[in-house]
Amino acid sequence: MVTSRETAHREQRAALVPLPRPAEPADNGLRLSDVDEWGRSAHMRELARQLYAPLYEKWFRVEWEGLERIPRQGGALLVANHAGAIPSDAPVIMHGIEKELGRPVYGLADYFFRSAPWVGTMWARLGGVPAHPDNALRILRDQGDLCLVFPEGTKGPSKTYTDRYRLRRFGRGGFVEIAMRAGVPVIPIAVVGAEESMPILFRLPSVAKVLGVPYVPVTANMLALGPLGLLGYFPAKFKLRVLEPVTFDVPPGQERYSKSRVMDEAEKIRLHLQETLYEMLRARRSVWFG
Amino acid sequence: MAQALESDPDVEMILGMGTSEPSVPLERAEFVRADQTYSILSRIVRATQVDTIVHTFLVVDSTRVSSRLMHEINVIGTMNLLAAAGQSGSSVRQVVVKSASLVYGAASTDPTWFREEMARTSPARTRVERSLLEVEGFVRDFAEDNPATVVTVLRFANVLGTDIVTPISSNLSRALCPSVGGYDPLLQFIEEDDVVRCLEHVTRHRIPGLYNVAGTGRLPWSEVAGMCGTRLLPLPPAGTRAAASALVRMKLIEFPPELDGLLRYGRGIDTTRITKAGYHCRYSTAGAVDSFIQATRLRRSLGKQPIAYTYEQDVEQFFRRSSAVLRPDGTV
Repeated sequence: MVTSRETAHREQRAALVPLPRPAEPADNGLRLSDVDEWGRSAHMRELARQLYAPLYEKWFRVEWEGLERIPRQGGALLVANHAGAIPSDAPVIMHGIEKELGRPVYGLADYFFRSAPWVGTMWARLGGVPAHPDNALRILRDQGDLCLVFPEGTKGPSKTYTDRYRLRRFGRGGFVEIAMRAGVPVIPIAVVGAEESMPILFRLPSVAKVLGVPYVPVTANMLALGPLGLLGYFPAKFKLRVLEPVTFDVPPGQERYSKSRVMDEAEKIRLHLQETLYEMLRARRSVWFG
Repeated sequence: MAQALESDPDVEMILGMGTSEPSVPLERAEFVRADQTYSILSRIVRATQVDTIVHTFLVVDSTRVSSRLMHEINVIGTMNLLAAAGQSGSSVRQVVVKSASLVYGAASTDPTWFREEMARTSPARTRVERSLLEVEGFVRDFAEDNPATVVTVLRFANVLGTDIVTPISSNLSRALCPSVGGYDPLLQFIEEDDVVRCLEHVTRHRIPGLYNVAGTGRLPWSEVAGMCGTRLLPLPPAGTRAAASALVRMKLIEFPPELDGLLRYGRGIDTTRITKAGYHCRYSTAGAVDSFIQATRLRRSLGKQPIAYTYEQDVEQFFRRSSAVLRPDGTV
């Protein structure tokens, strides 16, 4: 038996001796790839940037306006309108910001992306993250990085050409709630050009149901190029305008926020984005030359 | 676990219970053989007045036992254990339960990291997941009914290490290792040594609560296979289980239903809480894989026989008890 005095004495001694805290385990030399905890691979992203650069510069001839509104550090939630059967806006925004500002962007994508074999893995390696609120919170608050989200969800890219540049419903305003919780601004980005790069003529809902995908589009590109049309974008001129960051005057870190406030803010952002799109379209002379 | 506790002089008595004899030398611990459902436990608790029960016997690998036996061990065994601990006038002050991150499932709708308070996003379809959820439900109820008892539940990530055999470890030690075509999920591992040390940590410091425990970092399945020097055998993304069951029957791979989701979507658990509770894993995920590889290499070179000093019961008993042995302090 050990008396309590002895025990206390030993504890005291242990407290006086500076016990080395176990160092952060180093994995150097053990790892074979550079895939990080989010599933992103730096060298695959670099390769993709090199492959994508000509498309960005020569094909879409992307022009930015108001890039200085995106902060150089700290988290911010980027929201944009979403269009094109296979949306061309996500890579344009991610590539553009990474190239111009040198900041990584985490693109949040529908769960469907993750469940699609090959596509989901590629998307994750290139910087995509499943659109779970907790993931967004980690990126924005804990890491202080940029996060891109399309509040329209799949309703945006699945709309037909006749509905072009008409914003769909902004989900349930979840993006506003996340920005409030993380205490970061929402920065809306208006994108012109994505709609014309791969316009949807009509959809095949019954085929989509059989395949278990959100929508199956028949695009103008397919009519022009056959099956290759799934890969080939039309060379529409891309213009992007970054709008004034929206901040919310609420304490961060709350579990829930007033639903009416959240919906109001989401609707305000949506209206502003819609107005900006109309304004940009009024100024546009040509789909192909801007 | 018992070995780890033996070195602590504050621990007066250690009592082990299991269905088979202990496989490691124990110096002070006593051992009782029991059936799988621990039906005898309440008598033992009354007789010995133990104050701590560490429940490490939950089955988390559905390939080793039939589903009926798994139910007996996990659900009925835990019920008996908690009944023994909660009987009137019980001496038990702490119950530690070793669970698994399997309770979170693996689905496309999952967050990249699960925190302890998050619920799984998909319904539990496999038997082992359902039984673990049921067990954790009992433990939750027990903790509510016995607020004076310290109740700890540890959810461990997939375990790899020197000795443990799981479907994942046996797949990784073959020439061909299954994957699901088109998916390369991120997995988290914990070294078996860390499992024991973590159980010891929460037991010794009487830390209550629910904790995720895993090594830091997550690795793609393809990289784990690459490190282990095995080739991936991609199963078709549709009809995966049918294709797998044919290969399982030929004994080429092991593929319990839990692996189907895991090898598509992977799983990540957030370990902030256990770190705050003072436990730091010695091995990262990559470190756990490395430890497994080293053990496999050693086994390949030496064969299956035990490598350490072979424990000889009689000799040990002689040293410990015989009056012919001189004690260092002079007593006989």
